[in-house]
Amino acid sequence: MDPLIELRAVDFTYGGAPVLTNINLHIHPGQFAALVGPSGAGKTTLLKLILRLLEPTSGVYYGRRQPPLRVAYVPQLETVDWNFPVTAEEVVIMGLTQQAGWWPWPRKAHRQRARDLMERLGIGHLAKRHIRDLSGGQQQRVFLARALIAEPELLVLDEPTTGVDMNSAESIFHQLTHLNQDGMTILLTTHDLNMAAAHAPWIICLNRRIIAQGPPDAVITEPVMSETYRAEMMVIRQNGLVFVQQKPHHHTYREVIPAPVPGGEPGHDAKR
Amino acid sequence: MDILLLPFQYEFFRHGAMAAVLVGGLCGLIGVYIVLRGMSYIGHGLAHAVFGGAVVAFVMEINFYVGAGLWGFLAALLINQTTRRTRINADAAIGVVTTASFAIGVALISRYRRFTQSFDAALFGNILGVSRQDVWVIVAVTAAVTLLVLLLYKQLLFTTFDAEVAQVYGVPVGWVDSWFALLLAATIIASIQILGVTMIAAALVIPAITARLLTDSFHRMMFISVTLGAFTGLLGIYISFYVDVSSGATIVLVQAACFILALLLLARRRAVRLSQTHL
Repeated sequence: MDPLIELRAVDFTYGGAPVLTNINLHIHPGQFAALVGPSGAGKTTLLKLILRLLEPTSGVYYGRRQPPLRVAYVPQLETVDWNFPVTAEEVVIMGLTQQAGWWPWPRKAHRQRARDLMERLGIGHLAKRHIRDLSGGQQQRVFLARALIAEPELLVLDEPTTGVDMNSAESIFHQLTHLNQDGMTILLTTHDLNMAAAHAPWIICLNRRIIAQGPPDAVITEPVMSETYRAEMMVIRQNGLVFVQQKPHHHTYREVIPAPVPGGEPGHDAKR
Repeated sequence: MDILLLPFQYEFFRHGAMAAVLVGGLCGLIGVYIVLRGMSYIGHGLAHAVFGGAVVAFVMEINFYVGAGLWGFLAALLINQTTRRTRINADAAIGVVTTASFAIGVALISRYRRFTQSFDAALFGNILGVSRQDVWVIVAVTAAVTLLVLLLYKQLLFTTFDAEVAQVYGVPVGWVDSWFALLLAATIIASIQILGVTMIAAALVIPAITARLLTDSFHRMMFISVTLGAFTGLLGIYISFYVDVSSGATIVLVQAACFILALLLLARRRAVRLSQTHL
């Protein structure tokens, strides 16, 4: 089956040091992939290349042209302007902007579609609330609803579980799994390795280049995690679940509190 | 009642009042997008840029509306593109583009010293200077801008809320920004005679931020901003007539008073809510 999107030997730089190098990636129809890596690894940049918000500095981008790929994007919550005067329902209806014709205000059918979708995601009662007045989990669902109302083939989410509580994060991943089972292709970035390992059937480890990609069992190993996070990582498998944790580093007293410099500024104790 | 009707005996006041209402409403409409895009300074800058364009149009002996309009449109487009394509923030881009444009106007004025007086009205606004032709231009601009805002309503809303995400959803953000630059330039050209270069920024921003204080809904914000802009335009023109002060200044002062009133209302509402939660 032809990939929906393919990146071949892609490099990217914002003008200084390369942010991404030699990226080779296929996104196939029906895939559910989680992009993991430390902060500054280039995860959001890679998403933006896939979404064509950025153009590769070198390399080849291929995206299906006919029929045009329907893509929806859920950005990081921290990039949203929470003071913007819109209600949850107005945000959801934005997803239909290009399908709504010339009439300025949303059609009754579109309003109904938004309501139904919000009900399905458990936020129907929040339709008229201002987006700032919602909890992190509710806000994330509003933006997920805006993506879903566009009926995308490829759903791209940037850190969908950041800023939400554990229950909401679990519920979001659960909903994404259902959507994927219904045939939607999903690509997301996350800091939550354990959640990704539990739900995503395909993991892509990124730190400026793709370190490894494959099913969680094959990829979530101590050598791969240590190389991705550039730290000593520990992988624990228990009852079919995978837990990843940085190995505790036992510091000596002298590593934490530097030795006083002879002739330097006296500390509080010295004053006493 | 006579006080209200008396000024309408004069043709210049009828022209001025109609222009002030339309210009006030128009600035209220476009101001909503300006405030929400975090470009409050653009009105100030672009009005100065247009002033430069007006002087160039005068020197080149081309129609004021064509010359200044084209100049303003290009300046707005340049600001938008500089902001989107570089790491320069909107305020810095506005500062560079519009000040340079204004400087061209000032340089030309100092080179050809024969027309300083005719630009007083452009700087401070003057209802006496509103001709029948100006009124027709303002009517046409108001109708065209309103129609385009309605046609692009959803795209403008999405682009203003989050341009990057809007692009992913298929909104032609570049086109929408270009249209918006054109609408903004047209609004400023239409408003110059009434408000003056120095007062346009306030007329664009104050009704919109006052409306923002009063509501959390985009549609209502737009309605309040347009209504407030039109109403303060009319009231300002009346005061300008009776107190013999420049029209731009009186309109802006009335708008500032409304803003203070909205602030007080908000403070009172908060105090009531706070007292209810402590009961």
